[in-house]
Amino acid sequence: MQQIILFFIKNKNTLLFLVLFFIAFNLTIQSHAYHKSKFISSANFFSGGLYSLKSNITSYFTLQDENQKLLQENAFLRQKLFNNSFNIYDSLPKLKFKFIPARVIKNSYASTNNKITIDKGSNDSINRDMGVITSQGIVGIVEKTSKNYAVVQSILNSQSQIFVQLKNTNHFGFLSWDMQNPNVVQIIDFPPLAPVKKGDTIVTGGNSAIFPKGILVGTVTDFSFNKNENDYFLTVKLFNDMTNLSHVYVIQNNDFNEIKTLENQVEDAE
Amino acid sequence: MQNKEWGINILRFFSLLLIQVLLLNNINFLGYINPYIYIIYIMLFPFTGNRSLLIFTAFLLGFCVDIFSDSGGIHAAASVLLAYVRPLFLKISFGVSYLHNTVKLSEARTNQLITYTILSVFVHHFVLFLLEIFSTQHLLLVFKSTLFSGIFSMLLILSSFLLFSKRN
Repeated sequence: MQQIILFFIKNKNTLLFLVLFFIAFNLTIQSHAYHKSKFISSANFFSGGLYSLKSNITSYFTLQDENQKLLQENAFLRQKLFNNSFNIYDSLPKLKFKFIPARVIKNSYASTNNKITIDKGSNDSINRDMGVITSQGIVGIVEKTSKNYAVVQSILNSQSQIFVQLKNTNHFGFLSWDMQNPNVVQIIDFPPLAPVKKGDTIVTGGNSAIFPKGILVGTVTDFSFNKNENDYFLTVKLFNDMTNLSHVYVIQNNDFNEIKTLENQVEDAE
Repeated sequence: MQNKEWGINILRFFSLLLIQVLLLNNINFLGYINPYIYIIYIMLFPFTGNRSLLIFTAFLLGFCVDIFSDSGGIHAAASVLLAYVRPLFLKISFGVSYLHNTVKLSEARTNQLITYTILSVFVHHFVLFLLEIFSTQHLLLVFKSTLFSGIFSMLLILSSFLLFSKRN
């Protein structure tokens, strides 16, 4: 017994190191699995509060740009209103989708698993698996919420996979990111029969309950045919400048729970 | 440790944390290069101080940086590792004088300081990016990030040593 205690005392630094390293390693692995990062995130009270304080101060420096963007968007929306055509957000009149405005208080784009923190949370009826967009295009999906803040998994994340399609046809693929350039993303599993060419517009597909159909994503800059997998690999330049985000909209799908329940029932039945 | 040393180290802990998360995490030079200089805390922790305390506070510091950058536990893991292997690096860079507990950074030679910084920075950054990217397919990206971020951090750390050194 004495030997064991002596051993522990002698190697206390090594043991402490091993325990702490193991904890940190576990946290890392958890963070690599979607929806698992439980309490270590910038959505908690302390870090969220500090970030919103910082954002309050620094947002003054970009007011000019932001005003310009909001003006542009106002003009765009007014034009839509008076032309009475809701082509882009065609589900809006039925109020299937509700848009909740939010402000980005922390943005990251240089890491391989980028996350964005916004200043609205479960108190503003934001839940996980809601889509996030700007007036220019897609941003990501809500991963975790606290009372007043939410962490969004950016499309610039090696784990992100979002359902997208060509604007003119219904050929679809999955949006992923190769961790290189924050303005360029890739589409994988694109069907070989699709009539794709450079300059085509990519929009979100309506097959998922997260995004409405037709939210802008980007334009095709390059594509190659993958013989082994028998599918296309597309390179897409984003409309959004992911390095410069401030005002975003969170999309609430009023039918989300209904769709999910239905899908779960079908899965259970199988 | 004396009271004054406690004060200096606590102050260093918090100021490095704030500088790191509010300023340096947003540099993104050339798209993805960020310096990580909070390891100065680990490097400058009193050489004769309590080693267990160093390992534990290094974990805490990395953990705080992780909370702010939504990165799981990568900074915590890299910092703990650096704190654990620090005596080895001290031995390599300062040699005999470390064994006799007589190392003082203000009296160290420049080449010894540079060796110490290079060893600390690159080991820390390599573990950091290895855990962040976490895939063997992107080993090249790990090396590239380690090299570029490492050079950036090294320059900042060495210049901060120069700036805050008590030498005349």
